[in-house]
Amino acid sequence: MTHNLIPKMVAPGVQRSKAKAVNAAETRELYEKRQQIYPKLAKGKFRLAKWIIMILTLSVYYLVPFLRWDRGADLPDQAVLIDFAGRRFYFFFIEIWPQEVYYISGLLILAALALFLASALFGRVWCGYACPQTVWTDLFITVERLFEGDRNARIKLDRSTWSFNKAWRKIAKHAVWLLIGMGTGGAWILYFHDAFDVLRDFFAGEAPLTAYIFFGLLTFTTYTLAGTMREQVCTYMCPWPRIQAAMTDREAVNVIYRTDRGEPRGAHKKGASWEGRGDCISCRQCVAVCPMGIDIRDGAQLECIQCGLCIDACDDIMRKIDRPTGLITYETDDNVDRFTAGEPPRYRFVRGRTLVYAGALVLVASVMLTGLLNRTELELNALRDRNPNFVRLSDGSVRNGYTIKVINKAHETRHLEFVVEGDPRIQVRVLGADANAPRSLMVASDRTQDFIVYLTLPSDAIDEAREPITFRVIDLSTEEFADAASIIVTGFEL
Amino acid sequence: MSETPQKPDTDEISGIETTGHEWDGIKELDNPLPRWWLWIFYASIVYSVIYMVLMPALPALPGMSSGDSDHTRGVIGNSERANVARDLAALDAARADGFSRLEGISIEGIEADPQLLGFVRAAGQSAFGDNCGTCHGMGAQGAIGYPNLNDDVWLWGGSYDDIRTTIRFGIRTEHEQSRYSQMPAFGRDNILSFQEIRDVTDYVLSLAPDAAIENADAVARGRTVYAAQCASCHLADGSGDRAVGAPGLIDHDWLYGGTRDQIITTIERGPFGVMPAWEARLDEGMIDALTAYVYLLGGGESADPAE
Repeated sequence: MTHNLIPKMVAPGVQRSKAKAVNAAETRELYEKRQQIYPKLAKGKFRLAKWIIMILTLSVYYLVPFLRWDRGADLPDQAVLIDFAGRRFYFFFIEIWPQEVYYISGLLILAALALFLASALFGRVWCGYACPQTVWTDLFITVERLFEGDRNARIKLDRSTWSFNKAWRKIAKHAVWLLIGMGTGGAWILYFHDAFDVLRDFFAGEAPLTAYIFFGLLTFTTYTLAGTMREQVCTYMCPWPRIQAAMTDREAVNVIYRTDRGEPRGAHKKGASWEGRGDCISCRQCVAVCPMGIDIRDGAQLECIQCGLCIDACDDIMRKIDRPTGLITYETDDNVDRFTAGEPPRYRFVRGRTLVYAGALVLVASVMLTGLLNRTELELNALRDRNPNFVRLSDGSVRNGYTIKVINKAHETRHLEFVVEGDPRIQVRVLGADANAPRSLMVASDRTQDFIVYLTLPSDAIDEAREPITFRVIDLSTEEFADAASIIVTGFEL
Repeated sequence: MSETPQKPDTDEISGIETTGHEWDGIKELDNPLPRWWLWIFYASIVYSVIYMVLMPALPALPGMSSGDSDHTRGVIGNSERANVARDLAALDAARADGFSRLEGISIEGIEADPQLLGFVRAAGQSAFGDNCGTCHGMGAQGAIGYPNLNDDVWLWGGSYDDIRTTIRFGIRTEHEQSRYSQMPAFGRDNILSFQEIRDVTDYVLSLAPDAAIENADAVARGRTVYAAQCASCHLADGSGDRAVGAPGLIDHDWLYGGTRDQIITTIERGPFGVMPAWEARLDEGMIDALTAYVYLLGGGESADPAE
């Protein structure tokens, strides 16, 4: 390996970087030991966008648990809370019970469809800007740069023998990484308990064991995935790069090297003509800044997360050598072919693929919205006793037992009128009911309450093996009601 | 499988050594193990050593065992038996509050308290399944010779206190407060002739208000037998006497079966159903919960005799 780090001038004022694309298509092999990538700091509008999105997404992650939302006295006031102990999921004005977990499934389907749509329109914008793996890796690289310097300084440091200078920089970097990892793990648990309470309990050593376990897990995964594994997570662990190929097409806007402008590439001497050659001067700045270690000039490849940093790097060079920017740019495959053929570009954001994704997105969203808007806050289930199936009393009448489950999702205690519709001769007994109000059921706010109900059919009313009945609870103050159908088994034989 | 070649065999396409094993022309590449796999393997070995130090693991050599164990105890002294004992103690502690609230409370008090009602139904159901279901059935629906506890027919009384007494002292046990009575085996002990048993059976079958009388002569003869032999316990009108556990003979409920043959058998042999005294086996709180559970199955009677 050469240690000659003296750069070569490729154009006036432009040095050729010694960067090698360690993951370049032609040298890529299966089962090779990972080579460290040293991304150089890029400057430009996409880098700026990445900084802003990094700040936004991290702020959301760390601050959302502290947002409050008033739900009344007995309920948690945390705006976003996954309450496993209380079996509730709170999201601002939405409250989801375990049996309504299909809303979460719906949310995941929405997220997937949104990802498909974004891919069909703009390629891997999620991967390049908003994916937690990208955001945290970016953050970790920033920390690395802070202690070890930019690309060349880092390469030099890694090649140098151990010294105090190397040691303190490495130790400090890993310490800060660990701290960030702990912050990530620490914030994770805030979503599962009251944020303020669990934060205090955590440091007092009184938080639930699961809090410490997940703190440890998330610390570990953040540290390893963003610190030491980085691009391998995207290339080997994440399924999305594989699926992505099916979601995009020639008309999707992707980060692309414009072969029509760039080729044939080569070093450019000062004052030489640009006629008959491409704009690419093989400075390899696009390679130097790439966090994935690829060469974008090889064309679309599954390693590319399309973060746009190579665009920033290339535009910078193009301005230096006084050529138009956009040699690497967001463009469609189709348009690159059109440029090559001398045709004007054409953009079709509305096409079959995007219509299908957008249509599915709207459909699922409206189904979920309808469900949420029509969500009942009062439900009734009736479970008839099967053992014994029925009880014959000494006077020949027949009794059936039922467990009535009343679900009150409202945030107020309900006083419900209990009605049994069916044969008017049925005698109703609610176990534990007040003698003065034998048909009145009380259910506390946000709770499910069981009641034992005995129905007795007098012997002279028995003329069928089974009779249909309907249980109904009515909230007289709101006029809401809920029904549950059941039967009375009489044991009557013809 | 072929013999192992002398020289390492290298696969032409991949350039990787093979293990030298060959199956029908298929060779196995001798790739190194993935690093992550190897590290997990090493970590497992380290973990197993730590585990053996911390937890009971190795069969102990003579002299090394401590107490009654025949294996090393591990330095953190984990014992599954102790864990079970601790869990049971924790369970008792968790239930203690519920049981203490049952002490001396009336059944009306239990019914009026939804929390206590839920507690006795849960505790009672589990105790019933463990102790009572074998005879009475898991749903307390009973069987021939074993009363159905859901209905309103009670041999020894269906008030909360009656049920509690029955559970505590049992039926026909050796406990001095046990419910006790005995119906003679009229046939086996030659108290009645077979004809008399048939006659009295006809009479018993005619006692129900809606009974159809088939053989009026037999019923008339049976009435005499009944008055002499049965009425002292089952009472003259056949309504039964709970003081001696004599069932009513006029309702639709027959503990030992209501067909003619079953009734004849019952009179001939004289039933002697027993139930253990649970006082010695269950603590007071559990008996309270069990009583309330049985009472609330639907057949419990008010203690007030006026009702």
